[in-house]
Amino acid sequence: MSVEAYRVRGPTALGRDPRRFWNLTRTLAATDWKVRFYGSALGYLWSLLRPLMLFGIVYFVFSYVVQAGAGVEHYGVILLLAMILYFFFSEVTAAGVTSMVDRESLLRKVGFPRAVVPLAVALVAAMNLALNLVVVAIFVVASGVQPRWTWLLLPIPLALMLVFATGVAMLLSALYVRYRDVRPIWEVVLQGLFYATPILYPIEAVIGHSQTLAKIALCNPIAAIIQQSRYLLVGGTSLGEGLGSSALAAIPLVILVAVTVLGFLVFDRMAPRAAEEL
Amino acid sequence: MSAAPADDVAVKADGVAKSFRLPTEQVSTLKERFVHPTRRRRHEDLHALQDVSFEVARGEVFGIVGRNGSGKSTLMKCLAGIYRSDAGEMWLRGRMAPFIELGVGFNPDLTAQDNVLVNAVMLGLTPEQSRARYGSIMDFAELHEFAELKLKNYSSGMQVRLAFSVMVHVDADLLLIDEVLAVGDAAFQEKCYDVLQQARDEGRTILLVTHDMGQVQRFCDRALLLDRGRVVAIGDSRSIARQYTELNFATPLQRESIVARSTSARRGLGGAVTIVDAWAQSVSAEGRTVLVERGEPASLAMRVRFDVAAEDPVFVFEVVDEHERRVLVLSSDRTLLRSGRHAAGDELDVVVAFENYLAPGRYWIWPRVSAAGGEELLAFREGNYPFAVSGTGAGGAVMEVPHLFELHPAPSMQQPAS
Repeated sequence: MSVEAYRVRGPTALGRDPRRFWNLTRTLAATDWKVRFYGSALGYLWSLLRPLMLFGIVYFVFSYVVQAGAGVEHYGVILLLAMILYFFFSEVTAAGVTSMVDRESLLRKVGFPRAVVPLAVALVAAMNLALNLVVVAIFVVASGVQPRWTWLLLPIPLALMLVFATGVAMLLSALYVRYRDVRPIWEVVLQGLFYATPILYPIEAVIGHSQTLAKIALCNPIAAIIQQSRYLLVGGTSLGEGLGSSALAAIPLVILVAVTVLGFLVFDRMAPRAAEEL
Repeated sequence: MSAAPADDVAVKADGVAKSFRLPTEQVSTLKERFVHPTRRRRHEDLHALQDVSFEVARGEVFGIVGRNGSGKSTLMKCLAGIYRSDAGEMWLRGRMAPFIELGVGFNPDLTAQDNVLVNAVMLGLTPEQSRARYGSIMDFAELHEFAELKLKNYSSGMQVRLAFSVMVHVDADLLLIDEVLAVGDAAFQEKCYDVLQQARDEGRTILLVTHDMGQVQRFCDRALLLDRGRVVAIGDSRSIARQYTELNFATPLQRESIVARSTSARRGLGGAVTIVDAWAQSVSAEGRTVLVERGEPASLAMRVRFDVAAEDPVFVFEVVDEHERRVLVLSSDRTLLRSGRHAAGDELDVVVAFENYLAPGRYWIWPRVSAAGGEELLAFREGNYPFAVSGTGAGGAVMEVPHLFELHPAPSMQQPAS
């Protein structure tokens, strides 16, 4: 029996064994998922019912009271899709902020790849998103949207959303270890982003008001992803049209990549010392 | 930079150092950073570990002992990959499982099955392995009938049993155990010992952090003594246990000299005095013996060689019993005020006679020599010199002193009331 000796270099973000990384991530996500619905009679159904009920309220207010969706085809479906995507982003990042601190007892007792913690949070939210998308699919069929070949491209914006939300969560969780003000700040930012993103109002309304304002709004990666998902699902204004040129769609993409890379780098820098700074 | 360890080495640490920053002014909000952007963050460095080097052979049980704050837990956490060391290298061979705490990842709202899964995966199993071993884990913990219960409904004893059972089933090649065996009742501890014994028989390598010198002597092949982040000594568990005890009961000044002496001894500089031998003697044996009759005049002796000249050294004989309790301390500075001047190369037999009232049983002589004044320790022998006291009528006490019973009528009986 000759086992190779290996050097202990302390904790890193990713570790040296991808299989172990995945095992840890899915185990933590699975237990989180179980704990979340612990003690509720309806269990997993809540992850469907909660956004549906919220959507019902918002749909009623914005279709009949404010009439923001006037003249927009499939406003209900668009509203639901946009809300669900934004909920996903907000769930990953809001839970992500405190994730390292919440897992303090694990981080201080076991040496494991530190990025498992925010990634498990993202995985739980992704499971939730998958269930919510089933609801969207039902609505799409019920609203009589014609099937389009662009549906095949929908995984691309969804994957980008997953990457972006994870990157932001890593950035925030790393900062929160040292600066506890990150949480209240991020709560406000999430509120602001919600209204800065064309969710309740369609982007066409902004374009009608000011071309420039619409372009600025669509530089936000979340807005860009939601707008493009909407276009791929039911048609309307594509991201390129909203920005004035398809080439300009690179702007939100570059911002997305830059923020995600920054998030990873900041996390990677913090990871080796996480256990002692908590 | 050192090379990879030899084939039979399971753990190697070479010059490991770790310090923590203790901020004197905690700056933990962004506001403070904005309000005082130029103010340097002041901090003090706490050197938790300095230049720690050791090797553990495969299949060895290796103790890490030291007082509170000596850095033993930090060393464990560096080895377990929880902390990153500042300097030096550490090598491990084989799959390592850290037991810094029992039941890592336990969640009170989940059932035993879910908790076993998380705990075992954290400790290095795959989820599939963990599920496969679940039945046997519950068997070992004797908790099958409570499998459906949420963990918060378990008693603390049951939780410990469950956690320990997972630990037993992780079967790593290399176990890092940090005082987790201190929990639980006596029966549980016995079970822990059995498991440790078994792991050791299976050839696993075990690093055990502990305060309990009984554990060290019972299980460890060798041990390492840490004091304030530095290695004081590495050696067989009995001698390390003795040094730990000495360090623990020493005055701060003595402690300095113990650490300094051990450090210089390890560097091969040698001490000023060498204790060559120590023994017991009795009148009836006409000299050296290992058996002394209780109640008979007896003597303890040590042979000392002076490597450098010394003036008025203090000779001390400690006698400890089987439980390492000190039952007798005979120090030359109490009776023999000046022991004289001794030139380098001199050899001297120091003998102390005493009335032997020790109860029958086994004892060990721990000889030591201090410099004049008694504070600076020059030598104490790492080896043990046993002797036994024979006799009858041991009542379980350590001493049987001459005594005389008398019976007197109570005064009230002597003078009846008139």
